[in-house]
Amino acid sequence: MSAPPGLDLITRVRGVRGAMLVSADDGLVIAEQLMEGVKGGAVAALAASLASRLRRAMEAAGTGTSVFWHLQAEQGALLVVPDGNSSVAGGGGILVVAVAEPDVNIGLVRLELLRVAETVV
Amino acid sequence: MADDIRALSAQLAQDPQSLVFLRLGEALRRKGQLDAALRVAMNGLERHPHLADAHDLYARILTDKREYERAFDEWDMAVRIAPNHTGALKGLAFLYFKVGDLAQAESHLEAARKVEPDDPSIDQAIAMMRAGESPPAPAPPPDPVAPPAPALDEARVFAGLEGANEGLLLIDGAGRVLGGALRDRAGADVTDAVAAYLAGVSQEAARTAKLLGLGAWNGLSAEGQQGNVHLGHPTPEALLLVVRERGIPLGRLAILAQRATAMARRWLERGT
Repeated sequence: MSAPPGLDLITRVRGVRGAMLVSADDGLVIAEQLMEGVKGGAVAALAASLASRLRRAMEAAGTGTSVFWHLQAEQGALLVVPDGNSSVAGGGGILVVAVAEPDVNIGLVRLELLRVAETVV
Repeated sequence: MADDIRALSAQLAQDPQSLVFLRLGEALRRKGQLDAALRVAMNGLERHPHLADAHDLYARILTDKREYERAFDEWDMAVRIAPNHTGALKGLAFLYFKVGDLAQAESHLEAARKVEPDDPSIDQAIAMMRAGESPPAPAPPPDPVAPPAPALDEARVFAGLEGANEGLLLIDGAGRVLGGALRDRAGADVTDAVAAYLAGVSQEAARTAKLLGLGAWNGLSAEGQQGNVHLGHPTPEALLLVVRERGIPLGRLAILAQRATAMARRWLERGT
């Protein structure tokens, strides 16, 4: 699957193992640029599912929809920026997703994810 | 009222970053302590320069002090930040009326009515203005002087922690509340709704991290349009949600959440 030009901005960041565009509705991969061993389909499905739960919880909590979130784990992190459309009720839209090593510069990846999200809207 | 002010002051002293300054400033304004209200509003604005409600509060106090030009600037800023801020729109209408610009006054009231069509005070202001009477001075945002939220159950779990009385929620894997509570920006209790939506998130986060080969998950941070949240898991089944306003950076929120997680873990282990 060919990757849109934006994804390499993300994968260029040291410690990023892969980047993807994911359909927020059905959790399917739209585009990907992944290192060997990263399971794109699983990343997409799980990211979409978590994003959906998180969106509803955050809206209920009154914090508005999420513009960035990251799951920290012992051996890495999953970082996600929903585009504007995936933030609205009913979902839709695209998630820009990165899988990274635990010592990645989160702030830098966040910026690149936001930049790519702007270009895909 | 004096008790409210004391309680709100104590709450603000305990957590200077909290938005309780809005209620304290309004309570002081209503009591006529305008200089004290001004100080509270200015301190709040220093910490939350992009919060429309803070500019709105400041403008209302300035209006009471008859400093209309500065009040105009503040309401103008509030509308730039939040174009649908009805308090600021009504405030601008009030000031336009004062200088005789009826067209602008009505246009701002109409804009406010589009946002809140069910607000009778807007219709009333428009009617008064058309009759040549000054519309009432802008009202504060909904329920700003409500007494501080009653101490919630989280005091037992998170006592001593920064912001222990707001924005901490501990739930089990089935979405049942174990401790803490949440209120939305309007002050409504949203504990049960949020707990229900978060049911199963702990297991899902664990499954996601495991399937991606990332090991055990430590936490989940999210940046929202109006606030930030952090999810941690004091035990494999329990989930702790920490919610703070957007002005609290995610990194600081994570530190606060780690402390809260440790306290919740101890509380759960004691079986209380």
